[in-house]
Amino acid sequence: MTGAPTGHATAGAAPAAPAVALRGAAVERGTRRLWSDLDLDVPAGEFIAILGPNGSGKTTLLQVLLGLLPLAAGEAQVGGRRPQQGSNRVGYVPQQKALDPNVPLRGRDFVGLGLDGHRFGPVLGRRRRERRARIDDALHQVGADAWADAPVGRLSGGEQQRLRVAQALVGDPDLLLCDEPLLSLDLAHQGVVVDLLDRRRRDHGTAVLFVTHEINPVLPVVDRVLYLVDGRFRIGTPDEVMTSETLSELYQAPVDVVRVRDRILVVGHEDSVVHHTGAADDVLMPAPTHAS
Amino acid sequence: MDDVLDLSQTAFLLEQPFVQTALAAGAVLALLAGLLGPLVVGRGMAFAVHGVSELSFAGAAAALLVAGTAFVGVGALIGGVVVAVVFATMSAKRRENDTVIGVVLAFGLGLGVLFQSLYTGRTSNKFSLLVGQIVGVDSEQVAVLAIVGVVVAAALVALYRPLLFASLDPEMATARGVPTRTLAIAFALMLGTTTGLGIQIVGALLVLALLVTPAAAATAVTANPVAATVLSVVFAEVAVLGGIVLSLSPGLPISPYITTIGFVIYLVCRGVGALRLRRTGRRSLTVPA
Repeated sequence: MTGAPTGHATAGAAPAAPAVALRGAAVERGTRRLWSDLDLDVPAGEFIAILGPNGSGKTTLLQVLLGLLPLAAGEAQVGGRRPQQGSNRVGYVPQQKALDPNVPLRGRDFVGLGLDGHRFGPVLGRRRRERRARIDDALHQVGADAWADAPVGRLSGGEQQRLRVAQALVGDPDLLLCDEPLLSLDLAHQGVVVDLLDRRRRDHGTAVLFVTHEINPVLPVVDRVLYLVDGRFRIGTPDEVMTSETLSELYQAPVDVVRVRDRILVVGHEDSVVHHTGAADDVLMPAPTHAS
Repeated sequence: MDDVLDLSQTAFLLEQPFVQTALAAGAVLALLAGLLGPLVVGRGMAFAVHGVSELSFAGAAAALLVAGTAFVGVGALIGGVVVAVVFATMSAKRRENDTVIGVVLAFGLGLGVLFQSLYTGRTSNKFSLLVGQIVGVDSEQVAVLAIVGVVVAAALVALYRPLLFASLDPEMATARGVPTRTLAIAFALMLGTTTGLGIQIVGALLVLALLVTPAAAATAVTANPVAATVLSVVFAEVAVLGGIVLSLSPGLPISPYITTIGFVIYLVCRGVGALRLRRTGRRSLTVPA
């Protein structure tokens, strides 16, 4: 628990409101309808992986929940209220992307931007001390105390991504939206980031929506999967969704899903573009190691 | 030339009102440039500043040709602000931006040269737009500069965090609802105004030295954004005021003094930054997984 005075939604007026509620939701990019009739309730503490090929509207869903994009139809609620830009009830973890090595920010400045970087006006007096305490706490939650005063541009990609998680947690959110946060991280750092998110949702009941190309790194912690392909979608546990039958139906092409120990391998055939492989090869996905 | 630094002459000149006016103008300009500098560097806008100052020069030259010396300032401001805003509304892809800036800059410089060669008045008026004419600054200009200085400083206090966020981490800032485009235009207005005022005092060539060099030096020694801003202002003041004072007795132009002081500060800061990096080494990466 952070030392901050603000509570969670559960302590607020509407404890029963789910972290996310979508009713008959539809989104469009230009004139193209990406998906429609999406109903989804995400209770506190649930971890949902959002999968699907490029352009299927995964990131678009996050943009709706961040309040950056209106729905084309239906209704969206975050913690019982309409999505709002810059809300501290929602934390956002983007793709790892190296920062300029000379960027004039220390670890604590970087995390602080996640707390109130969107607010105008100076921080004065008592609020300054509170702010500092919250930032220290967020750094501590991700085990990044040592980097509080280090120039962020000089940290490795994995270290920067850990600070990204702190940046998302510092507002004490009820919902975490993650957009491919493991991309270009090595296996060790992927594990660290997934652990941090999993611990957060267990300890604080923060719901997690996790957009990814690759389910295996999060498979042990995922409660449900939302799989989007060309406007078709399926929601359910990994066992329900990650089957040859379901994916073949979604892709409208033969897809084989194989379980090997605790991993899921998805094999697309010929021209069917299965997201996991990324390239056109029809081999299989895992090899989640991307050089950073 | 054995009296390159004649102290008694320098002291005498320092008491002259026109020198004191020049020092006041230089001090306000250095403050403005020092404040904006870290954001210019953070936004990767050094080249854009160069473009803005050349177009501001073209605006001033056009005003000089069409309306006379009294309107040079207005021309410089219009040129600087319009171009800064145009640059700010361009796409966020920096690579592409640099190309567009290069194209516009070359055209603006050409126009400026054309206007200047068509101008039949005193040649010193022409030259001063490029290298500045700080001893020709009157107290009215200093008053305008001071007002702009106060406005920009107040705007920076109000906009500082979102502007820093949008400048250094634009994608995340957008996700958090920061109005990055509006802020880019607000920043362009501050930058264009500072440049337009600056070229009348130190000239188009020196504006770059003031908006970029002190901030580049500051960010080489600290990653703390507030400390970087304070240092950037201090370095800009040292370069400008030091340059003016040192240039007095030899009677040489101030530009080489200001640029040299700025450059020396920059080199020292880079050296200190490199040393510090070597001493602390790369911070340990090992993650307790």
